[in-house]
Amino acid sequence: MSQVLEDDQRIIEFDVRTDEMLVNMGPQHPSTHGVLRLVLRTDGEIVSELEPHIGYLHRCAEKIGENLTARQWIPYTDRMDYLAAMNMNLGWSLAVEKLLQYEVSEKARHLRVLIAELGRIASHLVGMGAYGLDLGTFSPFLYAFREREKILDLFEEACGARLTYSYITVGGLTADLPPGWLQRCEAFLEQFEPIIREYHTLLTTNAIFVKRTAAIGVLSPEMAVDYGCTGPVLRGSGVDIDLRRDGESIYTAMYDGYAFEVAVMKDGHYPRDHEYPAVPVDAVLGDCWHRFFVRMLEVVQSMDLVRQAIDRYSRCKGPLGEPLKLAEKLPAGDAYLETECPKGQMGFYLVSDGSAIPWRVRARSSSFSNLAVAPELCRGCLIADVPAVVGSLDIVMGEIDR
Amino acid sequence: MAEFLINTLGFPAWLAWSATAGVAAFLILNVIAGGALVFIWAERKIAARIQDRLGPTRTGGRFGWLQSLADGIKLLAKEDLMPDGADTLLFRLAPYVSFCASFCAFIAMPFAFDVVGQRLNVGVFFVIAVLGLEVFGVILAGYASASKWSLFGAMREAAQVVSYEVPLGMCVVVPVMLAGSMDLVTIGEKQAGWISNWYLFHDPFTFVIFWVYFTCAVASVNRAPFDLAEAESELVAGFHTEYSGLRWSFFFMAEYGSMFLVSGLAAVLFLGGWNGPIPIAELAGWSDGSAVTAPYAVRLLGCANLLAKATAGVLLMMWIRWTLPRLRIDQVMTTCLKYCTPIAAVMFAGVMLWQLFLPGGLVPGGRQGAISVREGWLEQAAEPPAEAVGVRRSVPQQLAGVAD
Repeated sequence: MSQVLEDDQRIIEFDVRTDEMLVNMGPQHPSTHGVLRLVLRTDGEIVSELEPHIGYLHRCAEKIGENLTARQWIPYTDRMDYLAAMNMNLGWSLAVEKLLQYEVSEKARHLRVLIAELGRIASHLVGMGAYGLDLGTFSPFLYAFREREKILDLFEEACGARLTYSYITVGGLTADLPPGWLQRCEAFLEQFEPIIREYHTLLTTNAIFVKRTAAIGVLSPEMAVDYGCTGPVLRGSGVDIDLRRDGESIYTAMYDGYAFEVAVMKDGHYPRDHEYPAVPVDAVLGDCWHRFFVRMLEVVQSMDLVRQAIDRYSRCKGPLGEPLKLAEKLPAGDAYLETECPKGQMGFYLVSDGSAIPWRVRARSSSFSNLAVAPELCRGCLIADVPAVVGSLDIVMGEIDR
Repeated sequence: MAEFLINTLGFPAWLAWSATAGVAAFLILNVIAGGALVFIWAERKIAARIQDRLGPTRTGGRFGWLQSLADGIKLLAKEDLMPDGADTLLFRLAPYVSFCASFCAFIAMPFAFDVVGQRLNVGVFFVIAVLGLEVFGVILAGYASASKWSLFGAMREAAQVVSYEVPLGMCVVVPVMLAGSMDLVTIGEKQAGWISNWYLFHDPFTFVIFWVYFTCAVASVNRAPFDLAEAESELVAGFHTEYSGLRWSFFFMAEYGSMFLVSGLAAVLFLGGWNGPIPIAELAGWSDGSAVTAPYAVRLLGCANLLAKATAGVLLMMWIRWTLPRLRIDQVMTTCLKYCTPIAAVMFAGVMLWQLFLPGGLVPGGRQGAISVREGWLEQAAEPPAEAVGVRRSVPQQLAGVAD
């Protein structure tokens, strides 16, 4: 142990080391995003080792899924990533539809894109606000929640719930949009757009924020791939993968005809980056700042997608189509599908023996893999960097523990 | 007041002086504690407005203006908790050390030219030294709590506050050098007249050093972005993690007291103290420029001036707190040792050279303004005529009590 530490160049001032201290950060700690417990081995302010302990929020969701029909399990997916429940609903619905080889109506398809992208904005707003909180600034958090509330209002109008929607379901959506919803959604986008500049002022380009995030927790593209990191964490390291473009055909078909550019740095440039703040000189590809910035870019990208979806959805004639029966018989076989959720690639796997109730249900959590890289990123950093690094991974414990 | 008690009521001298000191202490303590309550309420309202919220709205009728008092009563009624492993004596002692240090410093703090608890000829030194004691309370609290987070908070506080004393001291020395006195009353009095007489506008160096002072002051009272000792996202609540109820509120009061103190000190040292930007009293003929004969109204105006400036400083700190993220401990130390200290040193040298080569400022005679500086009073105060003593004592001076 001590030999390993002595060889590690990243541990600063090893020769003046005094005594190590084992500290529990969490499970009741303000900045561990739920019930995560991090055991830190520290030498003064320097963290030599970090070990995440999970399982405090385990609710046996997968086992429950083996006792319910596919549609009945939708509310349990809500409670996985409860900050992006719409995207969880979508992931499971698509996985079941893949097994059924079912195709939803054109109108339902565009509505799903619309709802899922709004969910992504809401999730990234929480990720952004909570990240500010981790770094000790309170106001951006409330600015983010203020806008998120408006998205939740829209969701509430559409499906009646504000957090656990169960809106997107196997075979379509539970209900069509109420009249006037599209106008209200457009009005929201209209007033939201200039507010993003405010976020950039308060966080992205703020000198202290840059000091706290640039070149901190640098995740190399190789390491990101090795650890199975996905989503903004992976793209923040410059790996150009986005399942909305690169995923399976049943998922990418949803985005057919939609124009969007994956928010990833290519040749030193982010797409459309002339409109957004320049990358600070201190920032290194794969550090906390880049992960944060990718999320901010995705908010804009999602707004663009929502606008396109509104346009396409309103041009679709005909009914939305009814979702499948609650106890729809599943064909024998298995299906696995990963979708691009706000936190990363969320996969659902189900095996069916031919009855309505799946024989096996499994979920692959993106936050789980993303958190797994935290011990690597936190070696040799300061205690204050631990919330900065863990916050930049934007994890949700409900999804890790399921 | 003491003379009044001795001469008119026939009190023995020791009793008269003790009574006077008691009254003065009572007034200072309550004005500052009341002020702290108001600032706590103001911070909540300001934070709320910055964040698109309403803040307290109901307690005490409108605006929730009694919220701090209600909170205080709630804290009083809380269970007295102490961790098992805590060092009992030190754990109990720590909040009082912080509280006393923060409030004692107000003894030498002038609110107007003769509204001062105790006029000290080393006032600046006294205030900085006593304020520096506050860190002991925090270190004791962190050590005695038997909590690792508290210990982290205390270590940070020790490192940070001790380091920032250096540039803070350098900044404070500049007005002392300009005034030629460490007496806060004298320093304030030297800035009488128009706004151009304020040391902030004395020369470019003092203008810069004021901001260095303000940065260091924010750091030395542990306000964001330098609130590392209680960084809630890293250290849970830092040094006061294990504190609750009234003990915690003592730390809280000490923090707000210190904020007010460093802002008040900034006002006296750089912003003309109790002198307004325009010498209204002299222009209107209420005062002949001699402080000792000024009516009460002018003294009250002086108090209002100083309180307004100190409050502006506190509000600025609140604004900063609710806008900026927190620095990291190494960045805090870098700010202090690599930026604040060298800048303060260079500015100090700059002021020195300016005084040497351009003592009258760039415009000859410009320093005097429309109303002459009350230099005469200063000489008078140094050697007050014996017959004037009984006549001159007024309510604010009674507040001062044991002065002279």
